[in-house]
Amino acid sequence: MPGAVWVIAEQWRGGLSEVTYELLALGRQIADDRGAALEAVLLGSGVVGLAESLGLADRVLYADSPAFAEPVGEVGSRALAALATERKPTVVLVPITNVSWDLVGLLPARLGVPLVNFCMDVAAVGDGLEARCLVFGGKMEVRAVPESEPVVIGVLPGARRADAGRSTKRPEVEPVAAPAPETCGVRLLGYEEPEAGDIDITQQEVLVSVGRGLQGQANLDLAEELAELLGGAVSASRPAVDMGWLPMTRQVGKSGMLVKPKLYIALGISGAPEHVEGMKDAALIVAVNTDPGAPIFNVAHYGVAEDLLEFVPVLIDKVKEHKS
Amino acid sequence: MIWAAEAGDPVSRPVFYSLPLWLTITFYVVAVATLVWFFYAVARKIRRYRSGRQDPADRPAWRRLPGALLGVFTNRNVLRDNWYAGLAHLAVFWGFVGLFVATILVLVDNDILHPLLPSWTFMKGDFYLVFSWLADFSGAILVVGLAMFVFRRAVLRPRQLRVEERDDVAFLKPRVVRWEDWAFLVLLLTAGLGGFFLEALRIRATNPSFEGVSFVGWLLSGWLGDTGVTASGADTTFGYLWVFHALSAMALIAFIPTSKAWHMLAGWYSLAVKPARIGDMPPAVPTAGGGYGRLEDLSRGELAILEACIRCGRCHVECPAAEGGFPLSPRDLILALQVSARRLLPGLRPAPGTTATAPALAGEVIPASWLWSCTSCLACDEVCPLGIQHLPLILQMRRDLVARGEVSDRIQDTLTNVMRYGNSLGQSPRNRARWVKELPFEVKDARKEPVEYLWFVGDYASFDPRAQAVTLAAARVFHAAGLDFGILYEAEQNTGTDVRRIGEEGLFEMQRDKNLQALAKAQFRKILTTDPHSYHALTREYGSLNGNGGVPVLHHTEVLAGLLESGRLCIVAPLRGDVTYHDPCYLGRYGRVFDAPRRVLTALGAPLHEMPRNRERAFCCGAGGGRIWMEDVPGVKERPAESRVREAAGLKGVGTLVVACPKDLVMFRDALKTTGLEEVLAVRDIVELVEDAIGATQRSEA
Amino acid sequence: MKTLVLLKMVPDVVEELEVAGDGASLSRDFLRLIINERDENALEQALILKERHQGTVTVVAPDAPEVDDVLYTALARGADRVVKVTGLEEGVGSAEATVTVAAALSSVAGLLPVDLILTGCQAIDDLDGLVGPLVAHQLGLPYVGIVTGLDVHPGGMGRCLREYPGGVRGSFELDLPAVVGIQGAEKPPRYVPIAKVRAAMTSGTIETVAGSPPGALPLRVVEMKKPEVAERAEMIAGGLDDIASRVCEILAGRGLL
Ligand SMILES: Cc1cc2nc3c(=O)[nH]c(=O)nc-3n(C[C@H](O)[C@H](O)[C@H](O)COP(=O)(O)OP(=O)(O)OC[C@H]3O[C@@H](n4cnc5c(N)ncnc54)[C@H](O)[C@@H]3O)c2cc1C
Ligand code: SF4
Ligand code: SF4
Repeated sequence: MPGAVWVIAEQWRGGLSEVTYELLALGRQIADDRGAALEAVLLGSGVVGLAESLGLADRVLYADSPAFAEPVGEVGSRALAALATERKPTVVLVPITNVSWDLVGLLPARLGVPLVNFCMDVAAVGDGLEARCLVFGGKMEVRAVPESEPVVIGVLPGARRADAGRSTKRPEVEPVAAPAPETCGVRLLGYEEPEAGDIDITQQEVLVSVGRGLQGQANLDLAEELAELLGGAVSASRPAVDMGWLPMTRQVGKSGMLVKPKLYIALGISGAPEHVEGMKDAALIVAVNTDPGAPIFNVAHYGVAEDLLEFVPVLIDKVKEHKS
Repeated sequence: MIWAAEAGDPVSRPVFYSLPLWLTITFYVVAVATLVWFFYAVARKIRRYRSGRQDPADRPAWRRLPGALLGVFTNRNVLRDNWYAGLAHLAVFWGFVGLFVATILVLVDNDILHPLLPSWTFMKGDFYLVFSWLADFSGAILVVGLAMFVFRRAVLRPRQLRVEERDDVAFLKPRVVRWEDWAFLVLLLTAGLGGFFLEALRIRATNPSFEGVSFVGWLLSGWLGDTGVTASGADTTFGYLWVFHALSAMALIAFIPTSKAWHMLAGWYSLAVKPARIGDMPPAVPTAGGGYGRLEDLSRGELAILEACIRCGRCHVECPAAEGGFPLSPRDLILALQVSARRLLPGLRPAPGTTATAPALAGEVIPASWLWSCTSCLACDEVCPLGIQHLPLILQMRRDLVARGEVSDRIQDTLTNVMRYGNSLGQSPRNRARWVKELPFEVKDARKEPVEYLWFVGDYASFDPRAQAVTLAAARVFHAAGLDFGILYEAEQNTGTDVRRIGEEGLFEMQRDKNLQALAKAQFRKILTTDPHSYHALTREYGSLNGNGGVPVLHHTEVLAGLLESGRLCIVAPLRGDVTYHDPCYLGRYGRVFDAPRRVLTALGAPLHEMPRNRERAFCCGAGGGRIWMEDVPGVKERPAESRVREAAGLKGVGTLVVACPKDLVMFRDALKTTGLEEVLAVRDIVELVEDAIGATQRSEA
Repeated sequence: MKTLVLLKMVPDVVEELEVAGDGASLSRDFLRLIINERDENALEQALILKERHQGTVTVVAPDAPEVDDVLYTALARGADRVVKVTGLEEGVGSAEATVTVAAALSSVAGLLPVDLILTGCQAIDDLDGLVGPLVAHQLGLPYVGIVTGLDVHPGGMGRCLREYPGGVRGSFELDLPAVVGIQGAEKPPRYVPIAKVRAAMTSGTIETVAGSPPGALPLRVVEMKKPEVAERAEMIAGGLDDIASRVCEILAGRGLL
């Protein structure tokens, strides 16, 4: 039996990130295809409870130490490298997120093994693996084969649905003693919360953006509710700012801010070049506009040709439903 | 001093009439002190000017002097935009000149000839009568003109005279400005009225019958008599009034070199060195950044010209930035530079700050936000009655900001785009001519085959989807007219004229060279462009292009006018609906092409209504000078484009605002949205109207 | 303080990328290379620190078309030394460049040791290697990535802010020397006018160091293709309820719910 497939579980501020389940679903498939075991590895402090929820894995290795309370790449990579040297997994899946990003680089360096980055999917092919990756900012897709194993794979969010990674099964949980380095040259002193009130739309991962199609400031509540549900903020086209619905700091476009959120929902925005210049690099763009010929649909990934005043309330309900 | 002649002649009058000796002596002492002060102040000024950079452009071109003189004497610049202020100024100007000449004559007669050769005095007989009449006339128009000014300032209070408090520059104090404005008027008025009363008292006291020619003094003395002033009373009052009058005249003289009254002298100079053609990019200067980084980098002439500003505020109200509520006002810029130069540059004594601690010019003395507000529309340079050139100063200061890397993110993006892709929009240069694919015919590649017209398309017209529609229409119209034209395809690049106005001279040179290389490889007889900014670059900034045999460069409106008038394009459906036309800055004020577009509209049969601000006084759309690339500025009241579409919409019955520049199209269409005028007004390029009028695919023979 | 900045060129995605004849690499025909944006931020941060604390900034970059322009621009911006590592044939992915540059650092005269190594925390072609962590590991230095603010305190202590999700930033203390993966500098990279770059081209020099690229790469690209992206948005039609459900699914699929 080949060595185990590892999924590095991501915990931050007391909870597991959704992406962990996505990786579990992906890891499950790889492990099954090559007849290997799927192991989730969790570093943290007081995380036994979290380990229990990783039921899709055959085994959860968890290292509990105050040193692992916060995700610091230097600390985690040393501990994981030591553990991996001992346990010899063949595939290590690491999520590409702000929390885990440092591991994506440090782990293969410490282990001296290949890295496969920006991966959307991995399949077992024969004895080996084949990864599908998005490179050049998503402009190209490659199929790539690691020449040797073990291999560390950086996996983009969305590779699988998180739901598929959840299981009610109780996994086998094994506490492991990962070495927590005394000193590694890097110390996390604390977190700085984003300043309330003064929202920087360039820093938001989700933006719900409103244009003239919103028709009035009175309807802003709709956008705000949706933004809050999605954990983002409300931004606007220039006319919406001109009309005083929102402050100038929320203006997206050529003469406002250039934004690159993970999700940009354009409500009642026509998609003038000056606006598009500011948001075209968003990872996912969903546009709602009554006019099916509006140029915004040329840059959006998904389009909804409906009246936003009717559609958004329905969407809000659905998102709420989904969340509960 | 008062006008006078030798006593003894019946037709003449005594100087220092009934003054005690000590007063006469005091008068001379005060007069000498005033003159000393005057020349000291002037010397200090000149010393300050001399801390500026030496520049050959500071020397007046003698050939243009007659024109400049004519301008000064007719006051035509002052009359041009405001007849009220113009007439008032004309009156004060000639009144002052008259009295000045009169004073000089008296001086010569009384203080030079009389002591030397008493028999040579000329203030007598008929000469004296004519002299008296003219002097009175001068005084009269002076007082009337001044009264008009006082009325305007006190009652009419036009907003262009208001200098607002600003917290972003040092030294510029509206209170001081206002005080000085009034002081100038009051001093002049005091001098004028004082002279008349003095004359009246003298006439009342001596009552010579010939003095009827001094008509004001005569009338006034009659009135004095009526109110009960006796001859002897007049005699005693005269002395006191004379002292007062003399002091007020001295005060005026002393006031001149320290106030805006100095424009009486600096204005001549300013008009004499005003460039024959405005709007040229000022050449780079030998400073670290090629622009103006310190006050001393201004040329000596420019330092002098700053003091010619009379604060008429014409530039202030014509400026789209100032009108829109952007931080810049060209008038305040001149005033801020002027007062800063007085404070910071050494006069006869060293300036308080050494050069090491002196504040940077761009960004400190003048806030960067002012400089970046300018659209380079040239309205200020065009309108200033004193020929002050604001824009070159702004551009020189921008140069310094760019050299120091102090540019906003968005400008930086744009400059990088131009450098990398050859267009300001950051698009792949390979897509530059993609629009031709939408045409049912081929567009020639001028790099590969000879054409008569090389069409220089420009960035916006090539890449912006809204402007592309117009570009396609233009192509169809040219095709319909049977024009032999081609384009440079990917070899065309941003002309660099706008990045030059941002202050990036090096990038401009790079772009110019690339375009000139591309043009050199193409075969054509004339250049045609649909973009006024490119038009400007090709006609005025690509020197060697016109140097080598002089290729004609035409704006499409010029070509269209010719085609329509010669019948190569036939109108099948004359336009219906009244239109108005917006002069693009770079075609109008810069290129002086005002008539061609109007000729086109006439040929199309479109009733043209002019907006209040038209031709040389057209109001900028707000896109020029790189502003189209910059972030919005907080606190702006009304964007220039919004003001402009409101102006157009205010014309009764006009449903179409006709433009002839791709940037105007974008700016005004956007402004229609933000002003809610979409239902009232349409914005269309002139070539779209031509296409409508000639019928879609018609092709006529000449 | 001695700072080393590692930068590299990446394909400019403004130009339409094309696949080469082998079906597994980029076509060079219209390929335009530009500086990796985050590396540019790293350079800016290094220059900011230099202005604040004195010292020198050395830039090292793997050889690539147009890298000279970038290196001269770095000089014009204020870098003290620029070094080009030659011998590379750039392909997709960066293991080759990463390993070569990391190995070549010791051959740059008078370079090591340094107090700080800054580089972009990621590049769009980092398919198989990330230079920051690798160099950190090889030199035995600590590494922090996604950094948006960095300063050095007396006594050789670094302080930096690292991005976490939702606008939260972690504040870190670093023992120097260290390697820092920069996401953004304190302020956007400064503009250098063309005139200054030209001056740097005539007065500055680019040092070169011969690199020895690794023979075999650990990752083999078997195919490259353009992802199927629709020209226009995929329109979701149906009843409002259905559309909303579908939108939720899409968001959930991307981990956005
Ligand atoms: C120099 C310059 C700089 C500019 N900078 C910026 C900038 O930074 N940012 C910016 O955004 N713009 C900028 N603009 C303005 C830009 O050109 C557009 O005018 C603007 O983006 C349009 O805003 P909008 O889409 O909200 O309005 P519109 O173009 O009026 O679009 C409103 C849309 O809402 C749709 N709609 C109406 N009712 C509904 C409904 N009930 N439900 C759903 N859809 C509905 C309509 O179909 C329409 O498509 C700039 C313009 C210029 C000239
Ligand atoms: S050029 Fe135009 S925008 Fe600039 S200062 Fe003069 S009037 Fe104002
Ligand atoms: S600069 Fe010219 S136009 Fe402007 S206020 Fe002064 S004199 Fe008037």
